[in-house]
Amino acid sequence: MSTRVSVADPITERYEMVVGLEVHVQLRTETKAFCKCSTTFGAAPNANTCPVCLALPGSLPVLNEEAVKLAVRAACALQCEIKPISIFARKNYFYPDLPKGYQISQYDKPLATNGRMVIGKNADGTPITIGITRLHMEEDAGKSVHDRFPGASAIDLNRAGVPLIEIVSEPDMRSSAEAGAYLRVLKQLLEYIDVSDVNMEEGSLRVDANVSARERGETRLGTKTEVKNMNSFSGVERALEAEFARQCAILDRGEKVQQQTMLWDGARGEVRPARSKEESHDYRYFPEPDLPPLRLDRDWISDMKACLPELPQARQKRFADEYSLPAGDIEVLTSSPALADYFEGVARQSDDPKAAANWVMGEVLAALKTTDQQIAHFSVRPADLARLIELVRDGFVSNTAGKKIFAAMVETGDPPARIAEREGLVQVRDASELEKWVDEVLAENPDEAKRFRDGEKKLLGVLVGQVMKKSKGRADPRRVNQLLSERAAS
Amino acid sequence: MSTEHPARDAVRAAFARMDAVKAGRDGLNCVLWSDRGWSLDLAKEADQNPGGVLAGVPFAVKDNIATHHLPTTCGSRILEGYVSPYEATVIRRLREAGAVLVAKTNCDEFAMGSSTEHSAYGPARNPVDPSRVPGGSSGGSAAAVAAGIVPIALGSETGGSVRQPAAFCGVVGVKPTYGRVSRYGLVAFASSLDQVGVFGATVSHAARAMEVIAGRDERDSTSADRPVPQLGFDGSQRLDGVVIGRPREYFPDSLDARMRERVDSALGALRDRGAEVKEISLEHTDLAIPVYYIVATAEASSNLARFDGVRYGFRDNGNDGLKGMYEATRSHGFGAEVTRRILLGTYVLSAGYYDAYYKKAQQVRTLITRDFGDAFDNGVDVILTPTTPTPAFELGAKAEPYEMYLNDIFTATANLAGVPAMSVPVGTIDGLPVGAQIIARHFEEGKMFRVASVLENALGANGGAR
Amino acid sequence: MAVTRDDVAHVAELARIALDETRVGDLVRELNGILSHMDELRKVDTEGVEPTAGVGDAGTPLRPDEGPPIPLDRPREKFAPAMRDGFFIVPRLSTHEDAVEDAG
Repeated sequence: MSTRVSVADPITERYEMVVGLEVHVQLRTETKAFCKCSTTFGAAPNANTCPVCLALPGSLPVLNEEAVKLAVRAACALQCEIKPISIFARKNYFYPDLPKGYQISQYDKPLATNGRMVIGKNADGTPITIGITRLHMEEDAGKSVHDRFPGASAIDLNRAGVPLIEIVSEPDMRSSAEAGAYLRVLKQLLEYIDVSDVNMEEGSLRVDANVSARERGETRLGTKTEVKNMNSFSGVERALEAEFARQCAILDRGEKVQQQTMLWDGARGEVRPARSKEESHDYRYFPEPDLPPLRLDRDWISDMKACLPELPQARQKRFADEYSLPAGDIEVLTSSPALADYFEGVARQSDDPKAAANWVMGEVLAALKTTDQQIAHFSVRPADLARLIELVRDGFVSNTAGKKIFAAMVETGDPPARIAEREGLVQVRDASELEKWVDEVLAENPDEAKRFRDGEKKLLGVLVGQVMKKSKGRADPRRVNQLLSERAAS
Repeated sequence: MSTEHPARDAVRAAFARMDAVKAGRDGLNCVLWSDRGWSLDLAKEADQNPGGVLAGVPFAVKDNIATHHLPTTCGSRILEGYVSPYEATVIRRLREAGAVLVAKTNCDEFAMGSSTEHSAYGPARNPVDPSRVPGGSSGGSAAAVAAGIVPIALGSETGGSVRQPAAFCGVVGVKPTYGRVSRYGLVAFASSLDQVGVFGATVSHAARAMEVIAGRDERDSTSADRPVPQLGFDGSQRLDGVVIGRPREYFPDSLDARMRERVDSALGALRDRGAEVKEISLEHTDLAIPVYYIVATAEASSNLARFDGVRYGFRDNGNDGLKGMYEATRSHGFGAEVTRRILLGTYVLSAGYYDAYYKKAQQVRTLITRDFGDAFDNGVDVILTPTTPTPAFELGAKAEPYEMYLNDIFTATANLAGVPAMSVPVGTIDGLPVGAQIIARHFEEGKMFRVASVLENALGANGGAR
Repeated sequence: MAVTRDDVAHVAELARIALDETRVGDLVRELNGILSHMDELRKVDTEGVEPTAGVGDAGTPLRPDEGPPIPLDRPREKFAPAMRDGFFIVPRLSTHEDAVEDAG
C-alpha cells in the first residue's frame, strides 16, 4: 500500500509522471493453453512439445478449460466486465521462438474490460484506484538462448503455448511508488485467487511500462515511451525514475519526447533505446479462424464471481473486525493468503488472536527466513502452535521454555507437549515439590532467609532465582513467589 | 485372383494399375509418393482383421494431408522429404475402417491452384486427355480415381479443389459442410474455408468414404458435434416433393451453350424422377471470387508463416543471419503462385488496408451466406449448377493469375458459406467430362447425396457421356 | 488503391520473402491486376453487415486441463534442420550479435 506524496526532487518537481502498466501473468495450469503438453518448469529443452506447439503442418489448437477459468477468476477479482463473447486473434510476426509465425492472442474483443483495483490511500484517506483497461488471454512464446552456442541462437519451445493473461492498466499512476504499489497489490491479489505463481524472477509475471511526463497541472497526456526488460518490482520503480528523469530533461530543454521502446539496464541503472527491430511492426491482427469465438454463459460467469475466495481487502477488514488487531499487524498477516490462513488457524484454535499475531509475526516469520521454508509447508502446523500458546498461557510452560519448544518444533515437527515432556520443560506446580525446593533454599541460605523473614522484601527476587535454579527452571515462578511470601508472613 | 487375401489383392491391383497408366513422374504424374511393400504390409493387417466398412479398399490421399511413413510435402519444395511424425484424423479413421493407403497424390503447391500445374514436382495430367489439366488443386487424387487406380481418394477443398477436378476428370467429388470433417492433419491453406473432401468412382463410393471420415474430432475446435447421417441411397427411387433450385447467376448468358445443355439435361432427368425445379437467385455470386481471394490469401499468409526453416522442412541458411535464413528458405522453398498469394494476403491484412479489403470481404461473405440461407428458407432442398464454366483446359492455357482464379467461380461460394456441395458427372463436351454441382444446406449432406444418387442412376455410367 | 513497388517491398519484408528487382516489377503488375477485381467489393453496401468470423455459432469447445500430449512418432532430430543438445539451432539474430540474454 502506498500513500500519494508529492515529488520533492527540484529537477522533476515541475513535471508529473504518468504511468500505465502491462502485466503478463502465466496461468497456473497443468497443460498448455492450446495443447496437452505439460507446463512444468525446468524440463529438458523441447521435451514438452507436441505437434501443436511445434506448429507442425496440419496441427490445430484446442483451448484449455482451466486457463479460461483462471483468466475469468482474475477478471472477476479485478472487477472487470467479463464478455459473454470474446474472440481470439492472430498476431503475426516472425521470431524463432514463435513457432506458428503468429501468437494466438485477443485483440479487439478481449475477455474482459473496465476493471479497477485499489492500491492504497491518498493523504486524505480516499482510496487510490487504478483503472484496468482490459484483460485478455494469450499464449506464451518459447525461449531463445543467444549465449550458448557461438554465432547461433538456441530455441527451446517448452514455454511456447503456456497460457498467459495480459492485464493492461489505465495510465492512472502518478509516481514510481504507485507503480510499485500497483504491482505489489496485483501480485497479492493474484496469489489470493491462486491463478498464478506470480514469480517475477522465474518469469511467471512480466511487466512493461508506458510512461510519459507532463507539466504539473496539464491534463493532456504527453508522448509516452514503453519501458521493457525489468525483472523485479524495485527494478520497475528504478526504471520509471530513470526514464522519467530522462523525459523531464528533454522537456526542460524544450524538446520533444520520441515515442519509442526503452530497455532498462539494471546493472547500470539506466534506460537506453531498444535497437530498432529487424522489421517495422505491423502485426496484421485478424480473427483466429482455427478457434470459434469463446462463449461464456452468463450464469457461469456469475458462479465464478460468487465462488471467488476472500480477497485481500475483505480479509483485512475482517481481521480488524474479528480480531481487533492493529493495522500494521493486519498488513503483515494478510500479505499472502497462505500466511493469513496460517494466522487464522492459530488464532482460532488458540482462541488468542493477539498471542497468535505476536507468534506469527515474530517467531514464525523469523523461522521461515532462517530455515528457508514456505509457510504453506511450514514444519510447525497451526494446531501445534495454538497448543503451544495455550501451554504458555495456562502456565504449563514458561515463556522462555515456550521459545525453546518452538525452536524444537521447527526442527522436528513434533507436537509441543511431547517436546516439553521430553526436554523437561513442563513447569512444576505440585505444592509439595515446590515447598521442598523453597525449604531447601531457605535452609541453604540462612542469612538471606533471616533477613527476608525480617522484612527485607527485596531479597524475594534473589530467593526465587535460587529456587528456579534448583528446579532447573521448571518451577512455576508465580507459585514460588507465593510460597516465599507465605513463609515470610508466617 | 485369390479371395483369401482380398486387401492384398486389391493393393496389388492398384499398384499394377499405377504402372499401367504411368501414374508417376514421366506419365500422368498424379502419384507423388508410394511404397508398395509398406502398403502390402498394411493390406496384410487389413486381411487379418477384416470387418471394417472399407476393409481392403485401397485409397489415395492428397499430399497435403499428414500420413505416417509416406512424405507429406504439399507439392512444395519447402517440405521436400518431410515425413509427418503424426497422422491426420481422417487417415486414422480410414485406416481403422480397413482401407489401405497406396499413394500420396500430386497437387498445386499448398493447394493453391486450379490445375495441379503449380506443383514443385511437375504438373499432373488428365487421364481422359493427357494434354489437359486434371483440374486442381486436388488434381492428382481426381486423376488417380479417374484412371482406375483407386475407387476412393481424399482431397482438400478451399474454393473448389475437389469438385472442380472431379468435374474435369469425370468422377464424383464431395466438399462436406464446414466442420463436418476434422481438419486435424490437413495442412492449412485458408482455415475458415478448408475442408477435407472425397473423390469416388461412384456416388456410393464417395458416400462410404465420407461416412467414415465425418464426425466430431476433439483435436479440431471447428469440427461440429453433429450426428453423421447415412449417405448411401437407392438411386432408383423417386424424388417427389424435392425442390431443386436453379440459380440464374450460375447460368449466365456467357456460359458455353453445351455446358448449359448438359446441366439442364441433368435437371430434366431429376424432374422426370418427380423433383420440382425452381428458378432462384443467389444475388452476390459474382462477388465470390474477389471475396474468396481476399479471405483465402489473408489466412494463407498467416498459415504459411510456420514454414520458416526452424523446426522442420527445407532450410537455406543464406548468408545474412536469422533474417537471411528466413528469406533464403522462404524465397527458395515456395513457388511463384504461393509467393504471389502470400504477398497478396499480407497486403490485404496490412495496416491501412485491413478494413478496405479483409473486413469488407468478410462482410460480403456474410451476404453470400445469407443468399444460400434465403434460398433454403424458401423451400429449396438442394441447388444445382454447373461445377465449372468449361471442361478441362490444356496445360499452360491459363497464364494470367486472375484467369485461373475464375475457374473457381461456381465453387468458391459453397466454401465461403460453409455449405456442403458435390460434383457429379453429367456427360461430356468433345469427349471431356463435365460435372453438375449439387449444393445443400449446412449439415444436410443426406439430401445432397440422395439427389446425387438419383442423378447418377438416371443418367447412367459416366453421366450418360455423349 | 494501386500497389506500388514500395508496397510490394514492404509486404515481402513482412512475409520474409526476398524478391529480386525484376520479380518486384512483375508482382506489382500481377497484384494490381488481381486487386482491380477486388475493388468490385467497394461498390457493395455492407452498412451494418457483421463480418463473418468463424463458421458456425457454437462457441469454441474447451478441453480438460490434462495430458497426455499427442505423441510424436518420430524424434525431433529426424525432422529438424538443425538440432543441438535438444535445442533447435538458428543463425543468431543480428540484434543479438553480442549475445545478450533475451527474456523472450
